[in-house]
Amino acid sequence: MDMSVINSYIPLYRDALLLTLRIGWQGVFWAFIIGLGCTLIRQLRIPVLRGVVTVYVELLRNTPLLVQLFFLYFALPKIGIRISAEVCGSLGLGLLGGAYMAETFRSGLDNIAPVQEESALSLGMSRYQTLRYVIFPQAASASMAGILANVIFLLKETSVFSVISLMDLMFTAKDLIGMYAKTIECLTLLVMFYLIMLLPVSLLGTVLERRLRFAEFGN
Amino acid sequence: MENEVLRIEHLHKEFEGNVILKDLNLTVRRGEVIVVIGPSGCGKSTFLRCINALEDIQGGQILLDGHPVRRDAKDVTQMRQKIGMVFQSYDLFPHKTILHNITLAPEKVQKRPRAEAEKEAMELLERVGLADRAGDYPRQLSGGQKQRVAIVRALCMHPEILLLDEITAALDPEMVHEVLEVVVSLARLGSTMLIVTHEMAFARAIADRVLFLDGGEIVEESSDPKAFFTKPQTPRAQAFLKTFDYE
Repeated sequence: MDMSVINSYIPLYRDALLLTLRIGWQGVFWAFIIGLGCTLIRQLRIPVLRGVVTVYVELLRNTPLLVQLFFLYFALPKIGIRISAEVCGSLGLGLLGGAYMAETFRSGLDNIAPVQEESALSLGMSRYQTLRYVIFPQAASASMAGILANVIFLLKETSVFSVISLMDLMFTAKDLIGMYAKTIECLTLLVMFYLIMLLPVSLLGTVLERRLRFAEFGN
Repeated sequence: MENEVLRIEHLHKEFEGNVILKDLNLTVRRGEVIVVIGPSGCGKSTFLRCINALEDIQGGQILLDGHPVRRDAKDVTQMRQKIGMVFQSYDLFPHKTILHNITLAPEKVQKRPRAEAEKEAMELLERVGLADRAGDYPRQLSGGQKQRVAIVRALCMHPEILLLDEITAALDPEMVHEVLEVVVSLARLGSTMLIVTHEMAFARAIADRVLFLDGGEIVEESSDPKAFFTKPQTPRAQAFLKTFDYE
């Protein structure tokens, strides 16, 4: 392995990492917002919108991100909606992630005993107050492992961004290999940079999970 | 009736074609303690859940202070505030401390100032001997302690009537007593209560009136609990009470 090659590539990878992180976290942010929105709609049993949520979740969960990105990037301009590659990336990730988050939140909610809701209602709380103060905090801690898995999954999925010519980590590595054929160096750097991006997330998740343990059911 | 709190008229409840409660009628006066007993599946718990509008009803009406209680009514949250309920399974919020379990609804629902709600919560906890556990989480408490907190949580909303749904059924025998003592002291202080229980000695001691429910209807009603427990009038009540006898 040629260390001088590695050293000269590091700045390129660093820029790619920053771009990947920026778009990735924007995507994760939108995934949370969309997932929460879907969950509220489902829990408050809002008619019509519930149906929309179901269609959305199934559509996004059952098609590859690659296809979704193609659709956003190449098909939308045909009907006059033109968005930049970067917006396209974070939007695509957010839409996909929203569907996954909605399902993860749902499984967290399913773990909450019905008597929790009933005792909140019996104290005169509205459905919204019950969700906000009693159900969601418990569901959040029950879903923590799933949420963390989603975040890591979404950040890894950024690797398909290269197809819409975003200069993310994957794009940079493929580009450099294509130009200079330093395959080993390029791939080693690629793995290292993905680890730099994702290991802290895993660690943070472990800490969060431990912190949220208090919400466990104790009998 | 002047000091009537709760009036139930022709209450009818069915679920997927099965009749669960049929034509129940009951009037509860202020300060009265009514105990509902009956075999499991007789509809006692459903009866309490209907009163707290946790179940839809298919006929009749439930009036609290003359005002209808309905699950689909706009004012259902206002009505529920006046009806305290404690469940069989521990229903404390596991992510909140004991103190916050109690003050959550007074603060968020009744919009009372935090300091005032906490002060009252502490006084009530003192009364049930748990003031020193205010900062703990529910999982750190025993079952009996949790049920005492659940009672306090309901009381802190100043309900007109308290519904207790088999609150000692999931407890070890030695913890049953500490919970029932709290209920007895509430009765002495004049709380209006509707109690579903399997603790016959307790029922006999505390009840102003006993309802024996079987197959979704009131089979026997007695305002003389001592007489009812020694010599029930109906064969079905006799058969039921016999199951508690081991001689």
